[in-house]
Amino acid sequence: MDINPLVIFMAAIFTSNILLTNFLGMCSYLSVSKEIESSAGLGMAVFFVLTLTSAINYIVYHYILVPMDLIYLQYIIFIIVIAAFVQLTELIIERFSPVLYYTLGIFLPLITVNCAILGVSLFMIIRQYSFIQAVLYGAGSGIGWLLAILALAGIRNRLKEKYLPQGMNNAAISLIITGIMALAFIGFSGVAIIQ
Amino acid sequence: MLSLIINNVVIFAGIGGFLALLLVIADYFLANYGDCQIDINGKKKLTVKGGSSLLNSLAENNVFIPSACGGRGTCGLCKVKVKEGGGPLLPTERPYLDADELKNGVRLSCQVKVKEDIIISIPEALFSIRKFKGVVETIIDYTYDTKGLVIKLIEPAKIDFKAGQYIQLESKKYAKSKQVVSRAYSMANCPENNNVVELIIRRVPDGIMTTFVHDYLKKDDELYLTGPYGDFFIRDTDTDMIFVAGGSGMAPFKGIIEDLYKKESKQHIVYFFGARTTEDLFLVDEMKEYEKKMADFTFIPVISQPEKSPDWKGESGYIPPLLDKHIRDPKNTEGYLCGSPALIASTEKKMKELGIENVYYDSFG
Repeated sequence: MDINPLVIFMAAIFTSNILLTNFLGMCSYLSVSKEIESSAGLGMAVFFVLTLTSAINYIVYHYILVPMDLIYLQYIIFIIVIAAFVQLTELIIERFSPVLYYTLGIFLPLITVNCAILGVSLFMIIRQYSFIQAVLYGAGSGIGWLLAILALAGIRNRLKEKYLPQGMNNAAISLIITGIMALAFIGFSGVAIIQ
Repeated sequence: MLSLIINNVVIFAGIGGFLALLLVIADYFLANYGDCQIDINGKKKLTVKGGSSLLNSLAENNVFIPSACGGRGTCGLCKVKVKEGGGPLLPTERPYLDADELKNGVRLSCQVKVKEDIIISIPEALFSIRKFKGVVETIIDYTYDTKGLVIKLIEPAKIDFKAGQYIQLESKKYAKSKQVVSRAYSMANCPENNNVVELIIRRVPDGIMTTFVHDYLKKDDELYLTGPYGDFFIRDTDTDMIFVAGGSGMAPFKGIIEDLYKKESKQHIVYFFGARTTEDLFLVDEMKEYEKKMADFTFIPVISQPEKSPDWKGESGYIPPLLDKHIRDPKNTEGYLCGSPALIASTEKKMKELGIENVYYDSFG
């Protein structure tokens, strides 16, 4: 596809934000967005895993699976690559930031089953991106996810002191905010029309 | 067809093997902390392999820190003062530490990982805690969901403890659980019988340890335990004493009353034992015997659901409202409580209202 990789990168962050336009990776987004610090940590971890796995999965797909006619193995191979890189991320975070490691708790290993990660790898194949495009799409999606969770964490922090009707706390209000944020992000697509 | 299968296997195994190798290399460099030194009270130095929790590293070197939950960070008992090393305070520790403890560097040893040399301070008494091997001598059915366990000690053959203290019992792997867990139980025997450990264990639905004890443990089975732990024992005073227990909270009081009887105590003692129905009551006859044998001891069983026990003639309802008429002089009375957090909270509140200043408790929470 003949699209400038930087356009893909920017689009992945704003107009085609993996979370706010595709609604992928919602469970950890909703659960870890109570504090800005832990949201930033998880967002960085998702960014790291997304960037690396999109690069590795691209190489594995185009240089191993396609030549050997084993495209049908892509799902299982993509998942083991993602699982391995999540383990690697865990090791790195535990070594260098034990506080973040315990704050993220179960959500760190759960990145393995974060549909946003697999979604990015599958989208880059479907959209027939080149290597550079794929890596920048992965990195952009990671930044987009980080941006979305940070925005939600910031808003939820502000909401802590506000009165909310019973039953509207936590997930309910988060989903409403996410919907409004998604509308705002879709508004970015208007930018593409202005030449 | 065969080449296709071989291709699949080779590619899959190749990619899997490469990733595994990558993780092994990362693990070697990132999770390797080398040998670390633990300095205890400036008197004892242990060299341990870095990367493990402080609680486990100490236990491997026969220094046992009490931990009712077995190191899962949920009981908040395994506190130690970390003077140097230990890394930053973790969010998992914060709920269990008060302002003073936070200021003084107290940490939960199960959450602190030994990744560098570390200097800690622990009470000297913890050095006397030992690991014991025992054999199940008797299993008694107290009620439909409560068993008594008598474990004869083999190695070491004797345990020095104060009546009311507790031990940590280790389970074994069994059909429904592949993990070994360790849980805290109060000793129900008196210090004079120091060649056995008596426990009272109530079944917790799906509890790993209680299912093991109730459904799998047999006479003559060997078990491991560590102890003695805890500061729930009677103070050396001549005051009146009010004991309040619920369910298996009977355990420490059984030992304490036996001990007081052997010491020919003349103190004014009232023991309230709460249960839901008459089916949940146990050891009532033994306690009534002590009423006859001791100078000033009263045992009052109380059931909270009298509608389910129509023949019940004793006290019913909740324990706190019954306390008033049995307290002679609140200033000269001590309260000892053992049972569920709800029972302890309501009884302690009532005792404080009545003017009892010294209330000691052992909560199941």
